[in-house]
Amino acid sequence: MRQIQVELESVIMNSYTKLLAILQPNTSRRILLQRRDAFHSNTVKSPINISGSSAVNTKQQSRFSSTDSSSKTLDYEAKNAYKLHLLEEGPKTNVSCNREEGLEFYKKMQVVRRMEASANNMYKSKLIRGFCHLYSGQEAVCVGMRAAMDKSDSLITAYRAHGWSYMMGVSVTGVLAELTGRKSGCAEGKGGSMHMYAPNFYGGNGIVGAQVPLGAGVAFAHKYRGEPNICVALYGDGAANQGQVFEAYNMAKLWALPCIFVCENNGYGMGTSAARASANPHFYTRCEYIPGIWVDGMDVLAVREATRFAKEWCVSGKGPMIMEMATYRYFGHSMSDPGTSYRTREEIQDVRKSRDPITSFREKVIQAGLASDEEFKTIDNEVKKIVEDAENHAQNDPELHVDEMYSHVYSNPPKNYMIRGCDSFTYKEATK
Amino acid sequence: MNLCQAVQNSIDLTLANDHTSIAFGEDVAFGGVFRCTVDLRQKYGADRVFNTPLSEQGIVGFGIGCAVAGATAIAEIQFADYIFPAYDQIVNEASKYRYRSGNLFDCGRLTIRAPWGAVGHGGLYHSQSPEAQFLHTPGIKVVIPRGAIQAKGLLLSCIKDDNPCIFFEPKILYRSAKENVPIKDYTIPLSKAEVLTEGTDITMVTWGTQVHVLHEVVQMAAKENISCELIDLRTIVPWDVDTVCKSVVKTGKLLISHEAPITGGVGAEIAATVMKECFLNLEAPIERICGYDVHPIPHTYETFYIPSKWKCFDGVKRLMAY
Repeated sequence: MRQIQVELESVIMNSYTKLLAILQPNTSRRILLQRRDAFHSNTVKSPINISGSSAVNTKQQSRFSSTDSSSKTLDYEAKNAYKLHLLEEGPKTNVSCNREEGLEFYKKMQVVRRMEASANNMYKSKLIRGFCHLYSGQEAVCVGMRAAMDKSDSLITAYRAHGWSYMMGVSVTGVLAELTGRKSGCAEGKGGSMHMYAPNFYGGNGIVGAQVPLGAGVAFAHKYRGEPNICVALYGDGAANQGQVFEAYNMAKLWALPCIFVCENNGYGMGTSAARASANPHFYTRCEYIPGIWVDGMDVLAVREATRFAKEWCVSGKGPMIMEMATYRYFGHSMSDPGTSYRTREEIQDVRKSRDPITSFREKVIQAGLASDEEFKTIDNEVKKIVEDAENHAQNDPELHVDEMYSHVYSNPPKNYMIRGCDSFTYKEATK
Repeated sequence: MNLCQAVQNSIDLTLANDHTSIAFGEDVAFGGVFRCTVDLRQKYGADRVFNTPLSEQGIVGFGIGCAVAGATAIAEIQFADYIFPAYDQIVNEASKYRYRSGNLFDCGRLTIRAPWGAVGHGGLYHSQSPEAQFLHTPGIKVVIPRGAIQAKGLLLSCIKDDNPCIFFEPKILYRSAKENVPIKDYTIPLSKAEVLTEGTDITMVTWGTQVHVLHEVVQMAAKENISCELIDLRTIVPWDVDTVCKSVVKTGKLLISHEAPITGGVGAEIAATVMKECFLNLEAPIERICGYDVHPIPHTYETFYIPSKWKCFDGVKRLMAY
């Protein structure tokens, strides 16, 4: 009965959305999606309990429950997963997940890993040009953090954004087709690798550090509107030395903004190690008035637990928090960087063997008896198909028409506005 | 030598002959992302060639300070697109230092170098040509070379010049522009444009990569018996008004071309000045063949955006047909 009621409500909501679109032709698609999502987050309960508590709910309806008893959990002490700055207590070190969560986390991390591998191959065969910064190795950060976030929480990050784009709702096709510059890309091909967006996901930014004050601004908007949401503003160890990051810290603390500043410390800012670029390489301690948590960024459950803690902190009005995710990237800074001139191959292989977020999580889940090797292999094959299908689209879908070069420079360009070009005859009227 | 080797050679000579000189920027120690500072750290030591953290505002501010205190500072901004965090330092501090202190202090020993311009796949943040943003700032000099020989001479002039200079290096020419560059120390005067081909029908003014594009256009026009005078402006500000105007007086027609968007580009300033100085000599409206007024340079649309030789040749034909 509840199910039918929910479906009715969502049908009505969809009609309402359509009505809105007719009545307000200038309302952006993004705002409509947000309204729809806001509605949905209040009514529809997701059957997969990704943001659930660590206590297992055996009564919960799950479309994915198997014959395995869902009361089994993966439970362990992540003893060295956190370090605290200006905090008396930190996130719980006892982390756990149930079978559904475990398989879901694994699948999502594997999608990101495969998607980045696909981008790597397509770049090498010149189907993707320009710049491409790959996220492989850092999957636990985006999957773990997203698991603790609500649908209406916002996020903004820098250019290593493919993993985050996927986690914030862009499909694999949306990512790969954007890289190859096709219409089916999430920015219709106009953005490329560094400029992918989705509802509540503010990109994808090229200039290092510029996204951090933006994140503080988005957090302000949440607070102003009285929403129980946070904005997560990510940056890297290289960007941590940008002045504007500290300006953002100051404003966030002054006005108690619900903003989590996350430094994804993968050890290297392009080719410079964190130790050689930063006088204080302990990025979670960088602000003397904002509490910070260092987290083992290769442990997806620890990341989730720490993010829960930080989100609660921010949403309860205590102001911003800084997190440093200690993670690692396997590829170089970008596709034009082999990644081996400033670090040894042994170092990379060592991390792959001993600290890889995906394989270590998989082992833990198998050891806890939540799933078997075969089930993981099935998931691997599913993921392979998803990425292959997306690759297909990315390579064969049509490109955007040339006239779109002139669109979206301004909103509502003045009447008869012409984009001036190279000669008197290439004035293009820009109507959007 | 190619252009990046010429640049490396200039910095090498400076470090050798000027004991107060230092070179710094992001990743310059291992040689730089374009290899323009290769081997310099080994030769001159880590206290003279060093890396800075990722903060452009810090790099330029720090450079201004060193220059004011008497060091010859050669600061590198990794891409011209990233120069904007330092824009305040350049416009509000570097350019005004001598003026506001009544010549008591100056930061003339500062030279900022940055890779510049379209490269084929740079997208929005690795292709910009921001010279117009600095044209509007009195007190600094902006210089753009078209090849290796020019690059070495002009860069050495910038370093030796008593005013803060910004030296934009066309990144697409780093490896492709190979010339027989003299090994010794030599300078090329700033604020002097160079006439590359003499002609009688049309004056063409440009700089950087576009010089080579217009070279081709000159040859295409010659086939139609149109004689073009091609001028490489070299110094964008303060620019050589006399050379350009003398040429327009001779030909009566002017075509200006640059990669940056047309509105408010350097071409606009040149056109307005030439219009004023040579009004009665002009036989046709001044043509500006430049980038579109969309952000330079959209990745998927780069071939459509750049002022190619065909667009420029079209401009030539229009001028002749007026």
